[in-house]
Amino acid sequence: MSAVAETLVRRPPKRGESFFKNQVVRAIISIAVFIAFWELASRLNWPWVGQAPAPSKVLDAWLPLLNDQGYWYSWYQSSRRVLSGFIAAMIIGIPLGLAMATSRVFHDITFPVFEILRPVPPLAWVPAAIIFWPTQELSIGFVIFLGAIYTIVLNVVGGARSIDVRYFQAARSMGSSSWDIFRRIILPGVLPSIIVGCEVGIGITWNVVVAAEMISGGGGAIQSSAGGGLGFFIWNSYIGFSYPLIVVGMISIGIAGWISSAVIRRLGLLVTPWLRVR
Amino acid sequence: MSAPSLVATELRARIRPGELRVANVSKSYGDAQLRTDVVKDCSFTLERSKLTVMIGPSGCGKSTLIRLLAGFEKPDSGTITLNDAPVSGPARERLVLFQESALFPWMSTWDNILYGPRARGEMNREARGMAEFLLNKVGLKDFRKKYPMQLSGGMQRRAELARAMINNPAVMILDEPFRGLDAMTKELMWEYYSRLFEETRRTNFFVTTDIDEAIFLADRLLIMSNIPCHVRAVLEIDLPRPRTLIAMVENDRANEIKMQALSLLHEEAMKSFSRGSKAAADFVEAYSKRVTRA
Repeated sequence: MSAVAETLVRRPPKRGESFFKNQVVRAIISIAVFIAFWELASRLNWPWVGQAPAPSKVLDAWLPLLNDQGYWYSWYQSSRRVLSGFIAAMIIGIPLGLAMATSRVFHDITFPVFEILRPVPPLAWVPAAIIFWPTQELSIGFVIFLGAIYTIVLNVVGGARSIDVRYFQAARSMGSSSWDIFRRIILPGVLPSIIVGCEVGIGITWNVVVAAEMISGGGGAIQSSAGGGLGFFIWNSYIGFSYPLIVVGMISIGIAGWISSAVIRRLGLLVTPWLRVR
Repeated sequence: MSAPSLVATELRARIRPGELRVANVSKSYGDAQLRTDVVKDCSFTLERSKLTVMIGPSGCGKSTLIRLLAGFEKPDSGTITLNDAPVSGPARERLVLFQESALFPWMSTWDNILYGPRARGEMNREARGMAEFLLNKVGLKDFRKKYPMQLSGGMQRRAELARAMINNPAVMILDEPFRGLDAMTKELMWEYYSRLFEETRRTNFFVTTDIDEAIFLADRLLIMSNIPCHVRAVLEIDLPRPRTLIAMVENDRANEIKMQALSLLHEEAMKSFSRGSKAAADFVEAYSKRVTRA
């Protein structure tokens, strides 16, 4: 039996193992090769790809920004908006998904509307959002919320549906009430899907942040503390012909999205300890 | 430490083996012309404190029968009674161990075993003591905090046995529980499980497609017909207990019963083969080879 237990412990990498097998090393190499290729393409002025500002130019534009309050304020603004839109999507989406998964009637009533609204891209909601909501921030939050909600709901419904029917049968046989089954079977059973939904969902919120922040219509430029957010920063840089700054904004959003997903993944593993033990 | 033995006697004293009677039960699925009878006019009794094994060709409706006994579904006609009380819906007195593992993956071994008492609001010192005892009994004392995924196949089945036993069911229903285990582990589980049965003498109902498993375990062997499912024959397996693998291999009586059971199963397979069942073809071929070799 102890032999079985030993194989369950994750094997630490052997000392002699190749440097290249390290995941972090591979990631660094991948990014370095990408940047080198890009720099080269830009310097040699290759067709199409060469038009993009070189990484060195982007870096030149970026470095001074690191001391710029407006830039960091844009980070803060976008993060705040993404987070609030995302949390709203979770607060509404998770119970909605659970209700759709557990009640046939509720599902049949709500699903058609849900499915008709789902293909409408968040960008298409921008004018409506401006008209509907009393403040600019609420409009932005709403568009971001729309980016995440569908994915979260669909994952919750799918996750709850895929719980093994034998778990319910076993629980019922052992004397579980419906509430007990909901709490001890459905909730933990659907948790991994909720996490996947959130991970994908928060990625989408960063995708729609540019569209959403066009609503804000101001701030975010260098030396500005008006705080249009990173999405607006890109738009503003485009209007102002500062191409390296467009790339700075793009990379900033990329990093923000990556951090958000990583945080969700971490939190997810924290609340699903049984998935950590493979 | 006299506590464990105390729990053992307590446990044994509390076991109330039930007698389950299935009378003229039928069940069909589908509508109108597409309606198929899966179980038809099926009658048998699970005698008190006996280990009854049901064997039949795959796809013969055994699993349907289990769902009926467990109360997950209702028969179209006929009655199922436990100690003369009609069965209605799932209950702790008729627990099922499913094919492969149905342990809750998000609960530790300990929490899985205590699922039943917790669900019924019976989490007290007695329940914990019983869980402790069963954990030792199935040899998973050091694995109480592990999740099912961290257990081997054999350990999972043993944890599931403990999870069922803590609810003290009148009848334990096992649906091909050792399917999917490798041959060695499977044989170990046979010995282990029959020890457990011999100690507790609960009414057990064990469903399988494996003839060796069936004969090793059974007090009574129900041989089922092909679909629609009913009892084709009942064999009393009068082999001495406790049974061991070595003794069974050398036992002439065991081999005699095996041939008898196989020839009955062969007849059933021939019937469905002539009706065009592809599944039966393998069995018919294997049987004819075995007979010509003998």
